[in-house]
Amino acid sequence: MTADRVVLGIESSCDETGVGLVRLAADGTVELLADAVASSVDEHARFGGVVPEIASRAHLTAMAPTMRRALDESGLELSDVDAIAVTAGPGLAGALMVGVAAAKAYASALGVPLFGVNHLGGHVAVDTLEHGPLPDRCLALLVSGGHSQLLLVEGIAERITEVGTTIDDAAGEAYDKVARILDLPYPGGPPIDKQAKLGNPKAIAFPRGLTGPRDAKYDFSFSGLKTAVARWVETAQREGEDIPVPDVCASFQEAVADVLTAKAVRAAKDLDVDTLVISGGVAANSRLSELAAQRCAEAGITLRVPRPRLCTDNGAMIAALGAHVLASGAKPSPVDLGANPGLPVETIVVQ
Amino acid sequence: MLVIALDTSTPAVTAGLVALDEGGPRSLAERVTINPRAHGELLMPQLLDVMTEAGHELADADAIVVGSGPGPFTGLRVGMVTAAALGQALGRPVHPVCSLDAIAAQADVTGQLLVATDARRKEAYWATYSGRTRIDGPHVLRPADVPTEGCTAVAGELAEAFDLPVIEPRYPAPVGLVAAAADALDAEPAPLVPLYLRRPDAELPGKRKSVLTRGAR
Ligand SMILES: [Zn+2]
Repeated sequence: MTADRVVLGIESSCDETGVGLVRLAADGTVELLADAVASSVDEHARFGGVVPEIASRAHLTAMAPTMRRALDESGLELSDVDAIAVTAGPGLAGALMVGVAAAKAYASALGVPLFGVNHLGGHVAVDTLEHGPLPDRCLALLVSGGHSQLLLVEGIAERITEVGTTIDDAAGEAYDKVARILDLPYPGGPPIDKQAKLGNPKAIAFPRGLTGPRDAKYDFSFSGLKTAVARWVETAQREGEDIPVPDVCASFQEAVADVLTAKAVRAAKDLDVDTLVISGGVAANSRLSELAAQRCAEAGITLRVPRPRLCTDNGAMIAALGAHVLASGAKPSPVDLGANPGLPVETIVVQ
Repeated sequence: MLVIALDTSTPAVTAGLVALDEGGPRSLAERVTINPRAHGELLMPQLLDVMTEAGHELADADAIVVGSGPGPFTGLRVGMVTAAALGQALGRPVHPVCSLDAIAAQADVTGQLLVATDARRKEAYWATYSGRTRIDGPHVLRPADVPTEGCTAVAGELAEAFDLPVIEPRYPAPVGLVAAAADALDAEPAPLVPLYLRRPDAELPGKRKSVLTRGAR
């Protein structure tokens, strides 16, 4: 019987510097101890998207203070840490490198094993902090500014395979672009969600990407939808009409939520899994969670959505995945571990 | 006292352990690899090799000195965040030092010295020194625009770009880093601020392009 172990997670793949701490119990369950995040999102707002160099600079500035906050929150010291996990990829190269270099130094100084883990797996693993262990097989829908993926998870530390992905923009990217078209602030998710609640989702019939009979069943495309919104808005403007922003937002959001949930439920049925996890920044979207709940209930699928704070990028998700990887007995990553911006989702731990 | 010295501001990935006593800084072990794309991979294994060779644990170090640039951003951050994390985990002070000062500290020259390293984009990071005292810089400029008047020699990776006698060293070395920081080691460390000298490349979005490319009225 092993005693409880404390696992530290470091995340720096995009614009959030995250440090999380979890406790791994002898029975394999994980418990959240601390979750400190520093975000550079405000510095990117005027550029309408994440500027990699600005994000990387912010990670360097934020790393040690964020670590301090996480430790204070948990009441632990670094000497209490038994293992460290860090996002090795996918993500922005320069941003990832800050977290990886820091993690290697912390692990070396503390003399504890280091696991370079997959950011996408982290988004799934984080749900175990809220809803307990995952079933042996489940499907995960990851939606954020950087990801739109359907993953088949057969053991969070054992096997993750990609079932579908976006062939162009991520769902969150489409939100940001549509927000710009409508002069709404960046990031586009929250303001569009707010406007959409005031509008009619059936007002405009925006296209559902890749839903034709010959299209890839589980892949996504949001670029055409974004263009359709731009075309609709411009046409209305040229005709001198006022833009019904709530209706545009509601109809756009309906198109996104419809495609995401329809494909996720279809994949779950086809793959014979009875649990769907939705995670990533867009998981907090009100219409997506509402429609997912409705469709999962109809299909007899258990829906698990971590609370919004855990859905966005953070260190707790990396600590959670690190804890499951540690529990599985995986070999630690080597000390010459590097960042891999294109780390394939199948690689849960970099060896 | 024992000082860990790190620098990743140039293509040289540099890690060393330096003993600092009455006789000045003395290298106990060091690893230097010239590889502009592997700072992230190599720095920590090199430091661990250094400690093993010197017969010490990381925790034996009394302080950490790190080159704070100027240098190409991604590589530069590796050394700085490594130093910051080591300092936090070991409970040791981390002292930043201008990487060009570390080169100047080891240059054997009388008179005024120019130190120049590669800033890419056909530019140089440079500073001038009188003895060990920096009198101008660090700045970033095209080599042709760097004022070299009064300089009697040039050191650093980009030394050949100037019409001056070239002297060693080319890169910051552990002993140079500690020598340049020596006077500050007893004091409260300065904040760990990298010398980027350039703003991030980021363009403000222009006016949105029309998607109604055809059928424009
Ligand atoms: Zn993410």
